Amino acid sequence: MASYGTSDFKKGLKVQLDGEPYLVVDLDFMKPGKGQAVYRIKVKNMVTGRVLDKSYRSGDSIEGADVEEKEMQFLYKDGTNYHFMDGESFEQIELTPAQVGDSGKWLVEEMQCEIVFYNGSPITCSPPNHVDLKVTYTEPGAKGNSTGNVQKPATVSTGAELMVPVFINLDDTVRIDTRTGEYVERVSKS
Amino acid sequence: MLRARARMLRDVRDFFATLGVLEVDTPIIGDGLVVEAHINPVPCQVHSGADGPLPRHLLTSPEGPMKRLLAAGSGAIYQIAHAFRDGEEGRRHSTEFTMLEWYRPGFDHYELMAEVEALVQTLVPRTSGSAFTRRSYREIFMEGADIDPFATSLAELRATCERIGIPLPPNFEHGSLDDALDLLLVSHIEPTLGKPGPTFVHDYPASQAALAQVHKSNDGHDVAQRFELYVDGIELANGYHELANAEEQRRRFEQANRDREASGRSPLPIDEPLIASLQNGFPACAGVALGFDRLLMIATGAKRIADVRCS
Repeated sequence: MASYGTSDFKKGLKVQLDGEPYLVVDLDFMKPGKGQAVYRIKVKNMVTGRVLDKSYRSGDSIEGADVEEKEMQFLYKDGTNYHFMDGESFEQIELTPAQVGDSGKWLVEEMQCEIVFYNGSPITCSPPNHVDLKVTYTEPGAKGNSTGNVQKPATVSTGAELMVPVFINLDDTVRIDTRTGEYVERVSKS
Repeated sequence: MLRARARMLRDVRDFFATLGVLEVDTPIIGDGLVVEAHINPVPCQVHSGADGPLPRHLLTSPEGPMKRLLAAGSGAIYQIAHAFRDGEEGRRHSTEFTMLEWYRPGFDHYELMAEVEALVQTLVPRTSGSAFTRRSYREIFMEGADIDPFATSLAELRATCERIGIPLPPNFEHGSLDDALDLLLVSHIEPTLGKPGPTFVHDYPASQAALAQVHKSNDGHDVAQRFELYVDGIELANGYHELANAEEQRRRFEQANRDREASGRSPLPIDEPLIASLQNGFPACAGVALGFDRLLMIATGAKRIADVRCS
């Protein structure tokens, strides 16, 4: 199993702690100018959803999570659960909203997702790092204000809400970083 | 942001021009380094004629070259320099960053603190309402965590972290006392410093002196003549009443290299010309390094250093 040093730490890393698989959901690098760096991470148990705070210092390392990952296609969401299919074996699995978590708001039909299996059972999914979605609602932006950092709220086709630059219009397609939920760029204009 | 940065660069130059402090521009690729236990340089290679590749480093601060100028009789100098620290990436850290560093012959660290205060008040007008407060390292630990940093132990620091809810790193017991104090500082005390107004922290333990002189404090502890400035929980500047003793400086660099090796990192080449200059004309002076990007964060309200780096 892979081992990760502090310089490998990033959001989305899957690690094994106290014998269970965890996902790194947040990290903070803290360091007094002359002193020792502290890597503070928040990890979420991929089975129970429990979130823990951990500190590490340079030179420390964590084992990679003892999980398997498989590319599967998102099919649909029924009344409650999310359904995925393996494109080769046509094997289908389902995940509960709790297992899918925040990722659910970026899923569109036929999207390739990474499904995580632990002890043979699917436990969670990660959508691609970037998804392109159409803007279904946003207020018109002010003209001539295309360079500043000013942002406004927008809703995309999956129903998710995020902040976008003011020059984004209804029906534009925007690229979103699913790890942060932040706008990346405009892919096409309406 | 580009304009805010340009304005602040201009304000810095105006501030020092008025005081008659000379701007300098020293090399950022170096052979030897100011060796510190917890600061890692970015290695690079250069090719020079038939020689090469030669191992070099991007400097972690312009301190070495600037001190050589001081020894050569430059008088008061400042520099707006790019500095490089490998592996430092975060909300307030960037591997490459801009540092404002200056030296004042004839000043002690208290006189320099007053000048830092004047500069910050000029550049960030909202900090000019009242005088910056001053707190000793001992006071911030007593007030923030009920710990006397000069009379504590790993066991007490462990208990304090557990009481406050700071997760302990896996090898807490193998770290030094300073490592444990650093953990408590960044995790718990630092976020409260410099609020509501900016705060200078001074009288650091002698073990954290780096390049500062050491003397006896009023309460009888060996303390470094070193200060840090905090604004809104952000560490902004680090200053010293500069050590001018070549032998002692070499001893500290060698100690830093032993600390590096003990924690599995490679030792670094010592800046020999710097050591030589300390024996040869180096004036009594105080010096300070201020994180220019962080000052710009404070001035503009930016939450991440990446937002002010114009990259």
